[in-house]
Amino acid sequence: MASQFDVIILGGGPAGYVAAIRSAQLGMTTAVIERDKLGGVCVNIGCIPTKALLHSAYIAKLVREAKEFGVEAGSVKTDYGVAMQRSRRVSDQNSKGVEFLMKKNKVTVVKGSGVLQPGRRVKVGSDTYEARTAVIIATGSRVKGLPQIGLEINKTTVISSDEALFLEKAPATLAIIGAGAVGMEFADIFSAFGTTVTLIEALPRILPLEDVEASDALAKSYKKRGIEVIAGAKVKKGTPAKDKVTLEVETDGATRKIEAAAVLMAAGRAVNVEDIGLAECGVQVTERGFIKVDPGLQTTAPGYYAIGDVAGPPMLAHKGMREGVTVTELIAGKKPHAIRYDNVPSVTYCHPEVASIGLTEDQCKERKLEYVAGRFPFSANGRARGTGETEGFVKILRDKKYGEILGAHIVGGHASEIIHELAVARENEYTVEEVELAIHAHPTMSEAVAQAALDSLGRVVDM
Amino acid sequence: MATKVFMEALSPTMEEGRLVKWHKREGEVVKAGETLAEVETDKAIMDLVARADGVLRQVAVTEGQTVPVGNVVAVIAAPGENVDTSPAVAPVVSGSGGGRREALKDSPTVAGGGIARSAPTPVVAAPAAEAGRLRASPLAKRIAKEAGVDLQLVTGSGPGGRVVKRDLESAAGRAPAPASVPTALAPSPATGRESFRVSRLPSPERAEGAYQDVPLTQIRKTIAKRLATSLGPIPHFFLTTEVDMERAAEARDALNRQLGDRGKVSFNDVIVKATALALTKHRACNAWFQDDHIRYWNEVHIGMAVAVEDGLITPVIRHADLKALLEIGGEARDLAEKARNRRLQPSEYTGATFSVSNLGMFEIDQFTAVINPPEAGIIAVGSIAPKPVVWDGQVVPRRRMRVTMSCDHRVIDGATGAAFLKTLKEMLENPLAMLL
Repeated sequence: MASQFDVIILGGGPAGYVAAIRSAQLGMTTAVIERDKLGGVCVNIGCIPTKALLHSAYIAKLVREAKEFGVEAGSVKTDYGVAMQRSRRVSDQNSKGVEFLMKKNKVTVVKGSGVLQPGRRVKVGSDTYEARTAVIIATGSRVKGLPQIGLEINKTTVISSDEALFLEKAPATLAIIGAGAVGMEFADIFSAFGTTVTLIEALPRILPLEDVEASDALAKSYKKRGIEVIAGAKVKKGTPAKDKVTLEVETDGATRKIEAAAVLMAAGRAVNVEDIGLAECGVQVTERGFIKVDPGLQTTAPGYYAIGDVAGPPMLAHKGMREGVTVTELIAGKKPHAIRYDNVPSVTYCHPEVASIGLTEDQCKERKLEYVAGRFPFSANGRARGTGETEGFVKILRDKKYGEILGAHIVGGHASEIIHELAVARENEYTVEEVELAIHAHPTMSEAVAQAALDSLGRVVDM
Repeated sequence: MATKVFMEALSPTMEEGRLVKWHKREGEVVKAGETLAEVETDKAIMDLVARADGVLRQVAVTEGQTVPVGNVVAVIAAPGENVDTSPAVAPVVSGSGGGRREALKDSPTVAGGGIARSAPTPVVAAPAAEAGRLRASPLAKRIAKEAGVDLQLVTGSGPGGRVVKRDLESAAGRAPAPASVPTALAPSPATGRESFRVSRLPSPERAEGAYQDVPLTQIRKTIAKRLATSLGPIPHFFLTTEVDMERAAEARDALNRQLGDRGKVSFNDVIVKATALALTKHRACNAWFQDDHIRYWNEVHIGMAVAVEDGLITPVIRHADLKALLEIGGEARDLAEKARNRRLQPSEYTGATFSVSNLGMFEIDQFTAVINPPEAGIIAVGSIAPKPVVWDGQVVPRRRMRVTMSCDHRVIDGATGAAFLKTLKEMLENPLAMLL
């Protein structure tokens, strides 16, 4: 007889483990099936280790500039291997932390690859587990290569973030294909560790999903520190050799050859929907390959739910985590606050950081909204001047009639932390005025938010 | 896990609801989205739908009983679930003063058993306002102010019953602003069905006893409340004119002959159209009084008073100035039919800029109508009847109609109202003037 649980979750990444904890909190017996380490891509080969490496890169930059601040540290030497080892320890700590949380909440963790079966059952090896109430699919996503142009991931010269995070030393030269969050962050990391980086983006600008002004600011900043940025460029062909890769890149109508010791593929992710028994259970996928879900996150098969990357974009850990909470509350018969998919913050942790929420200025134009853009540069912010983080700005898009915060975009030091003031404001429908009325401590980077809000009202003070 | 079934606020102004008919019986299996019962709100009869799957238990309200919004009327439990049988879900019957707020304060907290685990107050049933404190997002407050919506009357769907932007989009009948992407978990819409009627009027036959007490229906309570906020506080004045309808009648007859089977134009359609067109020439009368400002409308939306079985309601013909007579007629009949079946949606009876009340069919010569705030005017239309008038120096019979305009003196002055009425009279006496 199969082991029974109220809820079985396939995948122990950020969406899955949060769902498991909430499910247990709600009094349901819960099992998580994980084939690798708990915490998934995010904790082990994604968000967490890259943040550790980015901080190493940031320290390298600080030490290089230390003299100007009156601190001499001699000549700066960097060692990617050491930084990598540190990042592994951070990941392991986090993964163990998730394990601890599973124990604390009495969630059963089953190690192995699960395959869904009809009747809310999941098979792991020769064992079968049965869910009385629901099966939640949270199998996540993986990096995808571009085999059609010769760039299949070979783990030596053509690599993905999975390999980059375990390199013992930084390559001399690196071409990165894709200038979304992953490409931008690795360009920042390797550049700080002495690699000559070429960043290639097919769309007309880097960080193509962000506001144009954010893309422009980062392109300028990267070029200044010697990262070559090629946007609107099509990689026609890649030829991997033993210790290098040659790329044929079409840009501005001309084809140029780029050689690098390695190519890092950072152009998109594929969801893990294969070999988990979806079709057998009647779980359908969309044209783009995501699992089809209704507004209550239920798939086309009753009793089977999907959350996180497999359930559709944006493919972000924090979106999956929220879905994990919401789906279990729905399963438990509660009425959770509806997820506002238009209010998911987006952050790139490169230097300077890029954080945004809501609409870009171009999207406001496309939707023919009447808006006013308020801006404030960190170069006019006292705190930023003090710390030497004067790059970037805060930009707030205000609805002309009602003052609704249509979107907000921050480029600058700690942008990832500053954005949440605007996330809270938007979630609660505060207008630009409420944001400005809240007294902001002086001197802080966050004052730039209040000033941008004021600027959108035509009454900026500090500029 | 048991889910409580609450008396939900099914209209923007609903404070309590009368359970008209249970569609599911105690012990019956129900699915989320299925109709549990029909509920009479202050405006219409609406469906109360299940928000969870399970078995209907603890039905605490019998048909015909009235319960404040937010009260538990039953519980949906899992099959075989042990549900506490204490009288925790006893209804509070209407009539006790201020019953709603008390009821909410005392709203049942169920101890023990399976219910205790499903705790949260569902968003749909939470009150829009608590004593002295208005729960609405700052953005919602601004939109409400612009749109002239009273937030006290809107049921919030945000956390803890807070009124948020999307609640106003439905209340004000606005198209949703593009900035908001549809949110997950919206309740499924009620299914349209045949209306279910209960007669609540005293019977015309002589009943037993000296008198008969008939409880106020929801709609009559609303009428009482709304109209008392009109004739009392609003400084009304009245202007009456008599309109010669001979040519309008000829024009209408000619049109109807030409239309044959393709439709019919009624006098009411002609009056609505003429009123709308006259308003475009007298914007000063097409306005809302808004406490600290007057909103002059560029659009013309005509409210049309419709008598229903035990009250009246004013569905709205939007952009009546831009619509053809047949369109107006079709819409008017459609809205009146819906009103009589009590199936009007809130967007169909809100947002009028001026109203028309027509009692001509009851052979009323002349009457005055009560302004429907925030509108600044309404015309009361009497019957069309032949009368001896002096015409070209001769006494001849002609079809005449009396129109009385009620004006809010804070918005419309005597001469302003008279000028509008004159234009309306000209248009009706010479229908070709509508083309000018």
